[in-house]
Amino acid sequence: MKKEWPIWEVFIRTKNGLEHRHIGSLHAADSTMAIENARDVYTRRQEGVSIWVVESINISASNPSNSDSLFDPAIDKAYRHPTFYKLPEGVKHI
Amino acid sequence: MQDLEKDFQDRIDRGEVIEPRDWMPEKYRKTHIRQISQHAHSEIVGMLPEGNWLTRTPTLRRKVALLAKVQDEAGHGLYLYSAAETLGISRDELFEQLNAGKAKYSSIFNYPTLSWADIGIIGWLVDGAAIINQVMLTRTSYGPYARAMVKICKEESFHQRQGFEIMMTLCNGTAVQKQMAQDSLNRWWWPSLMMFGPPDAESTHTEQSMKWKIKLKTNDELRQQMVDVTVEQAKVLGLTMPDPDIKWNEERGHYDFGEIDWEEFWQVVKGYGPCNKERLAARNKAWDEGAWVREAAVAYAEKQAAKRTQAIAV
Repeated sequence: MKKEWPIWEVFIRTKNGLEHRHIGSLHAADSTMAIENARDVYTRRQEGVSIWVVESINISASNPSNSDSLFDPAIDKAYRHPTFYKLPEGVKHI
Repeated sequence: MQDLEKDFQDRIDRGEVIEPRDWMPEKYRKTHIRQISQHAHSEIVGMLPEGNWLTRTPTLRRKVALLAKVQDEAGHGLYLYSAAETLGISRDELFEQLNAGKAKYSSIFNYPTLSWADIGIIGWLVDGAAIINQVMLTRTSYGPYARAMVKICKEESFHQRQGFEIMMTLCNGTAVQKQMAQDSLNRWWWPSLMMFGPPDAESTHTEQSMKWKIKLKTNDELRQQMVDVTVEQAKVLGLTMPDPDIKWNEERGHYDFGEIDWEEFWQVVKGYGPCNKERLAARNKAWDEGAWVREAAVAYAEKQAAKRTQAIAV
């Protein structure tokens, strides 16, 4: 029998109050082992207070060749940013 | 040049970072698989010469530090294997290449650790050389490799300091201890300089690697950097550099140094170094004897998953 352990993506919450962020990946037979391995590999110096692991095959990703159609429509919509709007001098708290 | 390749080169020239799903020339992919996996194998094989002294450290303080360092090397290997896998090669394939002797790793690890001072030297010189190379690689063009380097560099600086501290302690010790430190420097200095690879004139990969920003400095530039910092550090330790040609060159603003024995380098690369066979045998033994653990873990995971499916069905 020869079977490679699946790949897991690891997300770490670096400290209380912050979101989990992707830190890397590793191989493990199941989610329990993935968390144990993530603890050993990515939090040896108190880099985290919480770990998420997701098997890589369960992640869907956008295709870089579609980036134009996905992200370009936002380029010319400056009115979505506060700096688009002109205010007279001296207006405060806005 | 094809349009895709031209666009790719333009992206590199603009300083953009390449990510796994981006289009890339096949040679860029292959070069990276080769370089990142060699780097990963070096971290893994690099644990062996240090592991040799884990049970014989002079104090508990040295032991916890060395254990932590060796554990870091395993982690560094893992970061790098993960980066290589984003290019479409599996972990098992990478291990198989190493175990079969088809893949290379840094030839420095084919030298034996004969005395405790060698552990100090590895931290000071070998990790020192690795840091010089790795700091450059934090700005390499392939995203996963660059990010792995950032993590590694953060952890690596303690390695070099613990090595220097060992050297410092020996150099401030008895005459015999100081002699042990000197002997270690004599044996490891030249192989450390060889770590940067063949001279630029003979390096087959340098030109393309610079163009693709896989490397940002040449082997000789990095080697010079190593000589310049190490000579100064050796003065602090009170050790003599084992190269009579080392001399400050006012004009260049660098230290001149002697001729490297490249014949020795190529012999070790080709498998005839003092420990090549021993290192590969150790890796193969670990892989073979770990097979039942890997298999049992899969069997257990499958059984648990089946149980869960059954529970849901009921």
